[in-house]
Amino acid sequence: MLKRRVILFALVVALVALPVLVFAQASGQLEVFSWWTSGGEAAALQSLFDSYSAANPDVEIINATVAGGGGSAARPVLQTRLAGGDPPDTWQVHPGAELLGQYVDADYVVPITDLYEANGWYDVVPQALIDMVSRDGEVYLVMVGVHRGNGFWYNKPLLEANGIMIGETLSVAEFMTAAETLSAAGVDPLCVGDSGVWASAQLFENTLAGVMGADGYNGLWDGTVSFSDPSVLEAMTVYGQMLDYQNSDHAALTWDQAIGKLMEGNCAFSSMGDWAYGEFVNAGMEDNVDFGWVSHPGSDGAFMVVADGFVMANGAPNPEANAAWLTTLGSKEAQEAFNPLKGSICARTDCDREAFGVYHNWSMDSFASATLTPSVVHGTAAPADFQQALNDAVTLFIVDRDVEAFSEALVAAASMSGFGA
Amino acid sequence: MSTIATEPLVRAADAPRRRTIFNERIQSFVVLLPSLLAIAIFVYAFIGITFWISLSNWRTLRPDLTIREPLLQTYADMFAMPRFQADLRNTLVFTLMFITMSILLGLGLAILIDHNRKLLGIPVFRNTFLFPYALSFIVTGVAWRWIFNPETGINLFFDILGINTLLVNSGMEPLRPGWVTDPTVVLQINDIIASISPAFADSIQMKLGVPVALIPVAIAATWQLSGFVMAMYLGGMTTISQDVREAARIDGANEWQMYRKVIIPILKPITISVFVILLHISLKIFDLTFTMAGVGPGFATDVPAIFVFEQMFKATRYNLGSAAAIVMLILVAVIIVPYLRYSLKDES
Repeated sequence: MLKRRVILFALVVALVALPVLVFAQASGQLEVFSWWTSGGEAAALQSLFDSYSAANPDVEIINATVAGGGGSAARPVLQTRLAGGDPPDTWQVHPGAELLGQYVDADYVVPITDLYEANGWYDVVPQALIDMVSRDGEVYLVMVGVHRGNGFWYNKPLLEANGIMIGETLSVAEFMTAAETLSAAGVDPLCVGDSGVWASAQLFENTLAGVMGADGYNGLWDGTVSFSDPSVLEAMTVYGQMLDYQNSDHAALTWDQAIGKLMEGNCAFSSMGDWAYGEFVNAGMEDNVDFGWVSHPGSDGAFMVVADGFVMANGAPNPEANAAWLTTLGSKEAQEAFNPLKGSICARTDCDREAFGVYHNWSMDSFASATLTPSVVHGTAAPADFQQALNDAVTLFIVDRDVEAFSEALVAAASMSGFGA
Repeated sequence: MSTIATEPLVRAADAPRRRTIFNERIQSFVVLLPSLLAIAIFVYAFIGITFWISLSNWRTLRPDLTIREPLLQTYADMFAMPRFQADLRNTLVFTLMFITMSILLGLGLAILIDHNRKLLGIPVFRNTFLFPYALSFIVTGVAWRWIFNPETGINLFFDILGINTLLVNSGMEPLRPGWVTDPTVVLQINDIIASISPAFADSIQMKLGVPVALIPVAIAATWQLSGFVMAMYLGGMTTISQDVREAARIDGANEWQMYRKVIIPILKPITISVFVILLHISLKIFDLTFTMAGVGPGFATDVPAIFVFEQMFKATRYNLGSAAAIVMLILVAVIIVPYLRYSLKDES
C-alpha cells in the first residue's frame, strides 16, 4: 500500500516537473521579424540562426522577413500586428527614439535588464550605447551590430590624378578646396543617389555633426541646442554648398548606384554609412588602393551610430525561446560571426579584431575613442514624425535652398515632436 | 349577380398576393442584410472612425483618441504645409493633363477604328490599344520609370538619332531633359495672386504652376487608360444606327463633320461616364506616381495618397494622415455624388 503511494507520488511529481525540465531548454517556435532580405543581410541573419540553433536545437525558428529597404514595407506590417495584439516574439529595432518612443512608451516591449546583468553585458557594451536603449534604468534592446553612418568614401586614383591627397581627416574647408579643383577639371566632386530622400538627409545630418561638432550635434536631441542656432544655419549653408557639387542625375539614382559612379570615376566623393564598404568589396576594389575613406568633412570626432537590435515583445508567444535568442545575439561568438557578413562592427568592445578587415578595425578605433552620435535618418535621434518632417524639409531645400525656411521647419517639427529647445 | 359572386373571389386572391409581397420584402431584406451590415461597418463606420482620428491627438504608435484642441487644428496645420499644398496643386495639374490627353487620344483612336471598321487587321489594333489597360499601374510605373530615366531612357534615343550632335554642332545645348527628376515649375502664377490678394499669396508656401516632372507621369497614365476610353467610345459608336450616319451624309456632312456634329454629341453620356471614371482614378492615384517618380524633386510629383501613406506609416502621425484621407474622400465625393444623382435621375 505504501509502496503504491510512493509510486503515485513520484508519478505526480514527474508530471509536474516534466514541463519545467523541458522549459529549461527552450522549445517550440520562435518568430523573428526583420527586413534583412538582401544578399549579405540574409546571410548575416542566417549566421545568427545557426548560432542559435546550435545552442537550442529544439526551437523551430520562423523567419518573418518583409523585403524593402530600411524596413519601409516591414514597419506597416509590424504596426498592424502590434495594434492587433498579435506580436512576433522579437523584431528588429533601431536604438534610441524608435525603440523608446514607438515601442517602450506604448508598452509593446518588456525590459531585459536581467539578461544584461546575467550575461555581464554592462562590462562590454559602451555606456553611451546602453543609454540609447534604456529608460528609467531598465534596458530594452540587445544590439547585435553597429554601422558607422558618417563615412566619406573616395576614388583614390581619380583624386591622385587631380593632385589631391587625403590625410587621416578632412575638414570642411579642405573638402571645398578639393571640390573646386575637381569641378574645374570637369569632375563631379560629390556622388549622391537620393531617389530615396534619406540619402540626402543623411548627407545633411553628417554635415550637421561635421560643422557643429559631436557635442553640439548631440545637444539638438536633448533640447539644449535649437535648430535656429547659428551653428545649425552654418551647417545648412555648407550642406547647400555641397549640394552644388553633386552629380546632376542624383534624383534618378539610388545610393548604391551613386557608389557605382564613384567606382567608375564619374565622381569623386560620397557621404554614406559603411554599408557602402560592401559595394566596394563586391566590385573587387582594394582598400586604400582603388578607394579610400575618412570621416565626413569635420566629423572625425563623431561616430554616427546606426545600430540594429532585437527586443522582447510584451506578450511574446514564447518568452523562454526568445530570452535564449537574445542571449545568443549578445554573445561574443554570435556577433563575431554576424558582423563580418553584415559589414558592421560588434556592439561590444571585446570582439576579435583578427576577424575583421582594415576598414572595420579603423571603425572599431573610432567606436572606442569618438563621441557616439545618434542618427536621425536611421531612427535613433528623434521620433518618426520628426524624421519624416526632416525628409520633407530636405526635399524642399534641395530645390529652393532657403536656409531660413529649412531652419523654421525643423524648429517647428522639433517642438511638435516634443524635444525642441 | 355576377359582381356579388366574384367579390369574395377577388378578396380571396388578393390576400395571398399581399402576403407574398410582404414576404418578398422580408426575404429581400434578410438577403440584403449581411451586405448592408458589412457596408455599414466596413465603409461608413470606418469613414466615421477615420474622421474621428483626424480630429484626435493620435500621433504616435500608441492610439490616443482624445479630441485635439482647438478643433480642426490638424486640418489647419495640414493646409499650411508646403508639401500638402504642393500635393493639391499636383492633383489639379495632373488631373487636367491626364483627362484631357486620355479623352482626346481615346476618342481619336475610337474614331480611327470606327471609320476604318472594315479594314483588315482592325481587331488587332483595337486589342493592341486596349492592352495597356490590362496591366497594373505598378508595372506601368516601373516600365515608364526606365523610359524617362534621364541617363538610360529616352534621352539615349535623342543621342542615337543625332539630334544632340546637331544641336551641339550648331552651338546649342544638347537636348537632355531631366524628366521626372526636373524640379522646374513653369507657368507660375504666384505673382499674379500676390497682386490681387497679398494676404492669400502669403499663405501659399509653394510655387503655384505646372511642375514639368508631372508631364511624364501624365503621359504614362494616358498610355494606360486611353485604350479604355477608346473601348468605351467604340461601344457607344456601335449602338448608333447606320440610319443616323446615312441621314447625316444625305444632309451633306463630310466624315469629320459627321463625327463632330452628330456622333460625338450623341455620345455625351459616355463622355460624362468616362470623365467621372478617369477623374476618380486621378484623384486617388498612388501606385503609378509612387513607383514611377516617388515624391519627386521638391514634391513635384507627390500626390495626396502618398502623403497619407507616409504620414500614417512612416511618421506615425495618424491624425494627419487621416485628415488627408478625409480631404481626398471629400474631393472624390464632390465629383461622384452629382454624377450619381444625374445617372439615377436618368434611369427613373
